[in-house]
Amino acid sequence: MSSDLLLSVRNAGKQFMQGQRPRWACRGVSFDLYPGEVLAVVGESGSGKSTLLRLLASRLACDEGSVFYDLREEAGNGVAASRGASGLVDLAGLSEARLRWLARTDWGFVEQHARDGLRMNVSGGANIGERMMALGARHYGKLRGEALSWMERVELDVDRIDDLPGTYSGGMQQRLQIARNLVTHPRLVFMDEPTTGLDVSVQARLLDLLRELVDQLHLAAVIVTHDLAVARLLAHRMLVMKDGCVVEQGLTDRVLDDPQHPYTQLLVSSVLTP
Amino acid sequence: MMDEHYNFGFLDERTKKMIRRAMLKAVAIPGYQVPFGSREMPFAYGWGTGGVQVTASIIGRDDVLKVIDQGADDTTNAVNIRRFFARTTGVPTTEKTAEATIIQTRHRIPEAALTEAQTIVYQVPMPEPLFRLEPRRLETITMHALGEYGLMNVKLYEDIAQLGAISKTYDYPVLVNERYLTSPSPIPKFDNPKMHMNPALQLFGAGREKRIYAIPPYTSVRSLDFEDHPFEVQRWEHACALCGAAESFLDEMIVDDEGSRLFVCSDSDFCSGRREAGHVGTQQAVQMPDALARAAVEGAR
Repeated sequence: MSSDLLLSVRNAGKQFMQGQRPRWACRGVSFDLYPGEVLAVVGESGSGKSTLLRLLASRLACDEGSVFYDLREEAGNGVAASRGASGLVDLAGLSEARLRWLARTDWGFVEQHARDGLRMNVSGGANIGERMMALGARHYGKLRGEALSWMERVELDVDRIDDLPGTYSGGMQQRLQIARNLVTHPRLVFMDEPTTGLDVSVQARLLDLLRELVDQLHLAAVIVTHDLAVARLLAHRMLVMKDGCVVEQGLTDRVLDDPQHPYTQLLVSSVLTP
Repeated sequence: MMDEHYNFGFLDERTKKMIRRAMLKAVAIPGYQVPFGSREMPFAYGWGTGGVQVTASIIGRDDVLKVIDQGADDTTNAVNIRRFFARTTGVPTTEKTAEATIIQTRHRIPEAALTEAQTIVYQVPMPEPLFRLEPRRLETITMHALGEYGLMNVKLYEDIAQLGAISKTYDYPVLVNERYLTSPSPIPKFDNPKMHMNPALQLFGAGREKRIYAIPPYTSVRSLDFEDHPFEVQRWEHACALCGAAESFLDEMIVDDEGSRLFVCSDSDFCSGRREAGHVGTQQAVQMPDALARAAVEGAR
């Protein structure tokens, strides 16, 4: 079934210089992701989760190992789309133009802080329309229609389409960010702690929404989180990271109910239950 | 008469050669911003140092120079630059568009059609059209390189969503040769259509930002827009009070404190040419006593 693979990571690693000494932020990570599958990456702060996510999304280059992605054979909008290899391709070998095209059509990236992922100086509607305009949409009425329908889908008040994202609440900003990413129907979405910093009830609604969208759109997702409950709710499989290495991976329920590695056991047992 | 203490055209020959090299590249890649070593000029930044350096590098002894500022030949900026070149080159200057071989301009393109024998030099304050949208220089360079100009439409979308129409009336972004997004310098959008397929060579110099770019003769220049909100130029309900022209770009001057406005051509050479040919306008200001009140109402809406 390897032909169905969407993302395949082999021995990926990234090194940073700390003072004069090199230090591996994450190393030796290998896993496969299939279309429609949700993978959670959990671990404590500084364990290399976010670095790994950046490697996967080609925002950082691997110092070791590689990330392969299944390119869709699709002639059309992008200049770069029609030519070049398809099938599982090493992302390091793609041109910057092709990567940027991938990042704004086939991928989404939901940032932990919505202000990093949104354009704060243009309205919510323009934020949703940006990717479509980047792909050449030049009809104001259609752009607006699409923006309205996406606002409805992510349960935002459509009357606020012309308001700046700065006037939205934290939860709304996060929804807007999700709408802005999903408007081009990506196949793979990267999320960096999407629910951190939201209060519990807003978190629950957002998780509900995410689960629904992932299901409807057959999205594959890599979610970085330190909240095991989020992983339990959303993810099919999970990776547990510690000090830049994957210490355990497997089906979410298996890992959470029957943790094998001492660190995972510690992690699971330190969850507070009210 | 040329002042013998200066080199011809004020700049030294090596500097002129460097600027010409940048211009050659600019002409070869229409709309692409070429960096160049901008020199300290005897003008303040914002007074056309970029345009002056471009003109100084292309001017020859057979040239005839015209300088305009906001369309007029008799404004401070235009008079100073004209006098500067008269002193440092000794070439004849003119106020007639048709007689000039080089026209240096700030904020306007002459109303009279340009010819293949002419070069128009624009003074540019900010050459980067994405400047207000994307603060990172490296990112804008990448966007130009990859032709990713969706962001400019995001700005236009935002204008329509907030104001009902695209609000930019000058420095309206254009796509040159269907490739590079380019700032037309702060000319009114009224002049944008004149850039398209213009027979004259159009050179742009930005002194403070140290960039030169060009639109070669007969190059397509398209103003960005939406399919259902197409690009439109300004129109006036009035004609020029002096020469009666209805198709030119008009300046609106408030002449008293009761709301009277005088509409006159911004292109002073075009206006005087028409008057010499016998055209006459109404010769009086338009009474618009309710203009302020109306503006206030519209502003409130």
